Amino acid sequence: MGKGREINGLLKHLNMNKQEYTITVYTENQIGLLNRIAIMFSRRKINVESLNTSPSEVEGIHRFTIVIHETEDVVKKLVRQIEKQVEVLKAYYNTNEELIWQELALYKVSTDEIAEKVKVERLLREYGARAVVIRKDYTVFETTGHREETDKLINVLEPYGLIEFVRSARVAIIKASSGFHEKLREFEAQEPSEEVVENEYLDKQDEVFTM
Amino acid sequence: MQSTLSQPQKAALPTKTETISGSKAVLEALIAEGVKTIFGYPGGAIMPIYDALYDYSEQLEHILVRHEQGGIHAAQGYARTSGDVGVVFATSGPGATNLVTGLADAMIDSTPVVAITGQVFAHLLGTDAFQETDVINITTPVTKWNYQVTDAAEIPAVMAKAFYIARTGRPGPVLIDITKNAQLQLFEYEGYKKCDHIRSYRPKPNVRKEYVEQAAALINEAKQPFVIFGQGVILGKAEKEFISFIEKAGIPSAWTIMGMSAIPTDHPLGVGMLGMHGNYGPNVLTNECDVLIAVGMRFDDRVTGRLDKYAKQAKVIHLDIDPAEIDKNVKTTVPVWGDCKETLPMLTELIEPKVYPQWLQRFRDYAQQEQEQCIEPELHPTGEVLTMGEVINTLNELTGGDAIIVTDVGQHQMVACRYANYNQTKSNVTSGGLGTMGFALPAAIGAKYGDPKRTVVAVIGDGGFQMTLQELGTIMQFDVDVKILILNNEFLGMVRQWQQLFHDRRYSFVNITSPDFVQVAKGYHIDGNSVRERKDLREALSTMLNHKGAYLLEVMVGKENNVFPMVPQGCSVAEIRLK
Repeated sequence: MGKGREINGLLKHLNMNKQEYTITVYTENQIGLLNRIAIMFSRRKINVESLNTSPSEVEGIHRFTIVIHETEDVVKKLVRQIEKQVEVLKAYYNTNEELIWQELALYKVSTDEIAEKVKVERLLREYGARAVVIRKDYTVFETTGHREETDKLINVLEPYGLIEFVRSARVAIIKASSGFHEKLREFEAQEPSEEVVENEYLDKQDEVFTM
Repeated sequence: MQSTLSQPQKAALPTKTETISGSKAVLEALIAEGVKTIFGYPGGAIMPIYDALYDYSEQLEHILVRHEQGGIHAAQGYARTSGDVGVVFATSGPGATNLVTGLADAMIDSTPVVAITGQVFAHLLGTDAFQETDVINITTPVTKWNYQVTDAAEIPAVMAKAFYIARTGRPGPVLIDITKNAQLQLFEYEGYKKCDHIRSYRPKPNVRKEYVEQAAALINEAKQPFVIFGQGVILGKAEKEFISFIEKAGIPSAWTIMGMSAIPTDHPLGVGMLGMHGNYGPNVLTNECDVLIAVGMRFDDRVTGRLDKYAKQAKVIHLDIDPAEIDKNVKTTVPVWGDCKETLPMLTELIEPKVYPQWLQRFRDYAQQEQEQCIEPELHPTGEVLTMGEVINTLNELTGGDAIIVTDVGQHQMVACRYANYNQTKSNVTSGGLGTMGFALPAAIGAKYGDPKRTVVAVIGDGGFQMTLQELGTIMQFDVDVKILILNNEFLGMVRQWQQLFHDRRYSFVNITSPDFVQVAKGYHIDGNSVRERKDLREALSTMLNHKGAYLLEVMVGKENNVFPMVPQGCSVAEIRLK
């Protein structure tokens, strides 16, 4: 009993130190790397809140943006393990204060309902939303912003029958970062690698797979 | 342009190419990387490579194992005794999945291995074709790097990368999966170019001089410093640098199971093995030293015991090539990241020559207690039944500490590592991190190929031997001169010991029966003997060692003997029990 309470207390303490961290990973463009990175979280039973891959400011280099809710200690160790992967150039972790981030959300509602009952223009103004498509049968709105902002519009639209809702992963810019160009030059200080040759083949993936 | 005649035709000169198959490119890569021995097992999806291999028997020796797990453990054994990359071939599907245990073992013990697997034709990927399995995704968590080749033209560069990644930095296993069409495909081969740089991969971090200086300052001020070292010293080929360091510093030094044999076991500053079944002094005094210098080791839980009671009083200096190891388990005061072959001499230069006679004496005092209570009864028992310790002790006397000892996993492993003597490095081959039963027999085969001049003794328990005993077939076919020493206690001894100590003697499924091992060996035309009496032990061991070729010796030992000292799980290293 005593032990149980002690452990519960410990867990509570650990949970209290958990917060949202955004991990930014610069990588080569390689098949299988998404899995290699994803399993580093699942192996430690860490839930990934959001994951986005996109091109980065440097041509040919991809950028993962991953959001998790964890303690700094765990995040720090995790980032080191991620950075150890052969195709990872660099990994950073940041708290929300150190970032500018956005998420995008789409909402599909019945055009009849919305035209009848809501003042669309007011809605768009108030929530920074934009109508992407307006058809006879349905209308699709879009907003970007933080989670709370995109959530608010759900609440407003729900009474009018929200047909579909989807939210994108977070994309984030690190306030203090001066970009990756310089860092990359540092990594390439030696002779250019075989990697360059290899990427040529990756670009020809279609041919490779249809032979 | 018409004027080409007057121009030197530099740009127009084509690079010399020849048209070869992907399979041939694989073998050319192996030769260029200095590979001489391949362990493997053929199958449908790797047949083109085996077909090409038919013409390479002069340059490449292929050892046909009896199971792919045996193949990869042999490649590991080869890597561990040769200090180079071990290579294994397997086919797709079951061939590849049978490699997984060995890959995981090589991953956790940082062993450089390159595994080549065949794969179904590229156009069949994802169609549930015969013997198709998603090898890349299955092996991702247990490889340092893996890659699927679908176009033969990729092969030279990918192979170069594979070897570079496997052997540099913190070594590890790499798997290259090659689809059958790529093996068959002809392409313009421009020759093999070794890889020496990958922009996203930094094998060793840059040494930060200020940290070396801080470390030296801490060592110079220390009153009771203690060095603990792991396999990093061996992998970094830094044995000499390490010995120079501890000798100038005068610091008592203890090894992890993987660091064993990096310094001779009788080195005056060597104070023994760390960890759960390690020596008394090194465990207890970990919690009394003022500066703990960890070199090429990763603070495994079997070494640290309870982490929140581990060396809390000490300032910790951690030398490691892998930055992810710093602060992973134990908070470091000064991180000295880098290759210890570089950082150790830098550190040696900055430290003052010292001796710590009183501090060293404390280790000796603990050693004396351990000698009386644990070691003496184990090595010179008064009872009738043989102990594992006296077998290893007699083996020491006969080999003089010159043999390579390969061990499996369990009680015999702990006893062998506690009592075996080693005069030279790369002499201890064991499955440390993963604890893979069945490792020893195939690993011993590889160990022999990795260092053919030395005697290789595989010390194996009765349980582990039955996991991979099919490799006796490999030993038979290729006349591999390994000495197999089975320490048979008719139990899965280590689990039984835990059940006795922590589960009220509820012996749940640890009672294992064995075949007549000598008869089994005989079936493979391997000579052997079984002894159970003390008077026969020395001669039996001597016969085994002097026998020309492979030999199996089974020694029946006490059924319910325990390995002590022991740090019970959940206890601190200072709470190590002598009985």
